[in-house]
Amino acid sequence: MMADTKNKKEKSPVVLFVAEEKEPLFSKKNRKLLSDPLNDNNPITVQVLGICSALAITVQLKPSIVMAIAVMVVMAASNVIVSLIRNLIPNRIRIIVQLVIVAALVILVNEVLKAYAYDVSKELSVFVGLIITNCIVMGRLEAFALGNGPWKSFLDGIGNAAGYGLILVIVAFFRELLGSGKLLGFEVLGHKGATVAESTGLYAMGYENNGLMLLSPAALLVVGVIIWIQRSRNRELIEKN
Amino acid sequence: MSALRNKLDQLKKPFNKGEKWEKFAPAFNAFDTFLYVPNHTTKKGAHIRDAVDLKRTMITVVIALLPALFYGIYNAGFQHYSQLGEAFTFWDAFAHGAWKILPMVAVSYIVGLGIEFVFAIYRGHEVNEGYLVTGLLIPMIMPVDIPLWMVAVSVAFAVLIGKEAFGGTGMNILNPALTARAFAFFAYPTFMSGNKVWVSDATHIDAISGETILGTLAAGKEVTYDAWTMFSGAIPGSIGETSTLWIVIGAAILILTGIGSWRIMAGGLIGGAFMGFLFNLWSANDLMAFPWYQQLLVGGFAFGLVFMATDPVSAAQTQKGKWIYGILIGIFCIMIRVFNPAYPEGVMLAILLMNVFAPTIDHYVIQSSVKRRKKRLSTATVKSA
Repeated sequence: MMADTKNKKEKSPVVLFVAEEKEPLFSKKNRKLLSDPLNDNNPITVQVLGICSALAITVQLKPSIVMAIAVMVVMAASNVIVSLIRNLIPNRIRIIVQLVIVAALVILVNEVLKAYAYDVSKELSVFVGLIITNCIVMGRLEAFALGNGPWKSFLDGIGNAAGYGLILVIVAFFRELLGSGKLLGFEVLGHKGATVAESTGLYAMGYENNGLMLLSPAALLVVGVIIWIQRSRNRELIEKN
Repeated sequence: MSALRNKLDQLKKPFNKGEKWEKFAPAFNAFDTFLYVPNHTTKKGAHIRDAVDLKRTMITVVIALLPALFYGIYNAGFQHYSQLGEAFTFWDAFAHGAWKILPMVAVSYIVGLGIEFVFAIYRGHEVNEGYLVTGLLIPMIMPVDIPLWMVAVSVAFAVLIGKEAFGGTGMNILNPALTARAFAFFAYPTFMSGNKVWVSDATHIDAISGETILGTLAAGKEVTYDAWTMFSGAIPGSIGETSTLWIVIGAAILILTGIGSWRIMAGGLIGGAFMGFLFNLWSANDLMAFPWYQQLLVGGFAFGLVFMATDPVSAAQTQKGKWIYGILIGIFCIMIRVFNPAYPEGVMLAILLMNVFAPTIDHYVIQSSVKRRKKRLSTATVKSA
């Protein structure tokens, strides 16, 4: 990449292994790499990628948070690795190389989860393994890491994974709260007993959990509502026919 | 009359352009146009303006709904007293039903119209009349014992997600009333099915078996009602759906005024009867052996077909498309009832499914018509040349 013209004032930059003029670690451009995927270029609500796992694991908040962290680790690491060896990868087999890198990282994450968070790992079951096929991971490798330096790729990976995780957590928050009246397993709306008389909190007033929220289509509904709100706040996102 | 008009104009002043309550004009206009036909004229382009505007259309549908509603109110009381084994008069039953059902109607209108008004003011368009019908339909397709707040949540869901998310009245893909019911059905299944919810105040009494006829069949039990009772409607079920007799009267009003499509209703009857007849021939279980003409009398089949399948927004628009749409609703309704007894309300799911496919049906009907005309044109030019 060409050096930023604004930063030419800095004299004699310390060049380690990248032959380009030094840019502050968190320059405006780099910060945008982090913040863009959170809103204007969100992987789920704008690019509509990674919907599959967003539907499957967002019944509860805890697995969603673990999933978000797992995807963040995989994306950041794979982006950095691919970016470091981007000039060594033959163009024709680059997808296979990327797959091998992502697969190795996913297996690592899976083993760590099994060792330290066995319950959550069981709940997530196949979906940790399926991070390999998450379009966001491969998409960012192809679109960004192959053409940018490691630091920028790292930020891009963190940013996109955060954008993905943010939506996951929002969806899971509403699904767990409305669907089972809990947050992270705590009964925030009161305890539901066998009868109304034995219940506490909202349940004592006749409140009932919303069974629809436990079904997968509810995740689509919540994602749809988020897209609706986001687009009515940010009109630039609306496509023109 | 001009005195009333003058008074209205005087009241309207602060809502006019440039005045202080300009933003709330849609709210005022909604009431104004109840009394007077709006005086605005179309400015450009070719246009035909019919005296029957959207508001008249909707009011006609509401009138057509009233027979079924009044019978539903009576039946709610009838089921309550007869299941509890108490003596009662006609007026007792009617009063009990009204006490239960009118609050549901009120909640439905207050919540639904509240959301409509907020969106109309926020988006700066007039309040649309579509909710007049939807607001009455929603309580009529709910069980009588459902808590009022569940009605409110279902209404809010239907208006927000079913309608406003797609751009308001006239833009919705799914019928809003059925969206509300489908939401309640999946969100609060214990309040929407079973043998207690269809009889009011019966949740804590064990001796009651107020299952709907379809529920009884799905459970493999004997149906104790005869065909005339099914037709006249003294059976447990959602408030408006039980009496096919009064629904047929509503259907006659809709067809005579030209507001409901008879093609859709006839198509649905044919499809349902055909499918029911096929299953009769198969007769592998109780549901399949259930006589085909009784299939058409029980559950929400008649109500859904007359009042929901004919919704002009979500139904097919072309004449041929309406036949296809209606027939498929009939076929799918019976098929869902028979193959999946967990969803006794086959008609709800059948109509929602066909709502989704209505634009596709229209597309192919129009394309085939275009193709036919092109062919005719090409043969005509060949002949003339």
